[in-house]
Amino acid sequence: MFYVSVFFQYMAQYMKTKLQYRADLFVEWLSDFMAQAVNLVFLLVVFGHTTLLHGWSRDEILFIYGFFLVPYAVFGAFFNLWDFNERYIVQGEMDRVLTRPLNSLFQIVLERMELESLLGAVPGLIIMLYAGSRLSLSFHWYDVFVFILFVIGGALIYAGIFISLATISFFADARTSIMPMMYNISSYGRYPIDIYHRVIRYILTWVLPFAFVGVYPAAYFLDKKEWYSYAFFTPVVGMVCFTVSVMLWNAGVRRYRGTGS
Amino acid sequence: MGKYVEMVRIRFLMMLAYRTNYYTGILIYAINIAAYYFLWSAIYGGKSSMQGMSLGQMTTYVAISWLARAFYFNNLDREIAMEIRDGKVAVELIRPYSYLGMKAVQGLGEGLFRLFFLSLPGLFFVSLFLPLQFPGHAKTWLSFGLSLLFSFIIFSELNLLAGVVTFFTFRNEGLLRAKRFIIDLFSGLILPLSFYPDWAQRAMMYFPFQAISYIPSMIMTESFKGAAVRDGLLLQATWCIVLLFPIGWLWRAAKKRLVVQGG
Repeated sequence: MFYVSVFFQYMAQYMKTKLQYRADLFVEWLSDFMAQAVNLVFLLVVFGHTTLLHGWSRDEILFIYGFFLVPYAVFGAFFNLWDFNERYIVQGEMDRVLTRPLNSLFQIVLERMELESLLGAVPGLIIMLYAGSRLSLSFHWYDVFVFILFVIGGALIYAGIFISLATISFFADARTSIMPMMYNISSYGRYPIDIYHRVIRYILTWVLPFAFVGVYPAAYFLDKKEWYSYAFFTPVVGMVCFTVSVMLWNAGVRRYRGTGS
Repeated sequence: MGKYVEMVRIRFLMMLAYRTNYYTGILIYAINIAAYYFLWSAIYGGKSSMQGMSLGQMTTYVAISWLARAFYFNNLDREIAMEIRDGKVAVELIRPYSYLGMKAVQGLGEGLFRLFFLSLPGLFFVSLFLPLQFPGHAKTWLSFGLSLLFSFIIFSELNLLAGVVTFFTFRNEGLLRAKRFIIDLFSGLILPLSFYPDWAQRAMMYFPFQAISYIPSMIMTESFKGAAVRDGLLLQATWCIVLLFPIGWLWRAAKKRLVVQGG
């Protein structure tokens, strides 16, 4: 209960600071939108030269991409850990966090919250609606709940992987540039998984399970029956991934000594 | 001159200190290129060539584009923006060197490190598994080297330009990010420009972006031959010079209205 009330207090504070810089908010949203446009342009241009990607049509691939943007937006809003090492370890902010009677990861998540990233889900939904209507997909009443479940699962997978990466800073003193590179790898989970060599397929499914944020859950809505068992596994993988990362985090915090700054 | 060379060396050594990055970097580069290879195989779907490029050439194009990016990419714009916000730039300005020149050579030190310790070993590792096609002519390699140097200069000039703009705007995180995505898209990093519709290709002729990634990669895959190589290099050289003017003007104006916010 205490955690819930802290959450809403942070939220209120956040709104106040953000509304102070309205122009910046707009530019930030615009640059998010451009990041999405880069991938969209890639897909559209490529499908100007071909009709099928290993049996998947342009609209199916667009649908997968649209779906991916939703869990990714949720992740971006709450797990903004890009500069964790720089800000919390090197500059010593972690010491301040640890003196407070609240879980350290929870505090950092709240401090670095970026709710405006949720807007990134809007283009995602639009792309899904566009592609879905062209594919004349059929929807059931319970699909809304399945969708929410898959989105949460996907966001937890992202969160788990990036929390684990942030945890490296507790163990190694290295400044790490792995995060941006991992971002590149995450994008391969959006393409039909069957185009890859089985090693990559295995990595994207069981090691860095990014396929569960894109192609697997989206396959459920695309009525690709052969991927259903993977699709329904999404929330489970999300939970496992997130739990493991929190355990790693706690182990890391116990080892943490501070840089003395 | 000596102090600039020394700064290249120091940056290089600084990068060398973080060794965990090194191994993971090579591995991630390899996974990246492999994933692209399969993606493009699926896109080709058995076709022998698209837009005049074979699948082998396309794979090489992608591998070379990312190799080149490791060399030319730097965060000079962010560094300048941060130094302005922290007020450090005031100290930098009284030092006996050109501030922007020093920034550029720092970028070069980083780039050289990533080229020799990250992407070249990564490329070698990948070439063991994937059918990459490297040109046999020494002339192609030489042109590629020159072209890569131009890429670095143009990319850094754009970054310096964006950094200097911070003197006037103070907060421009969003703009810097937007610039990065525009460059990824229009430089030919993710897609050769010849795949774009004609009108888009024509529009891109007026921007310096294709000189960053498209031209060196096309030279290396030998998709550019003879006169096309020469024209490409000339275009790059032209942009290198043209971009110096706005940087010079803005820099002079910026120094006059520099406000150091504490620090």
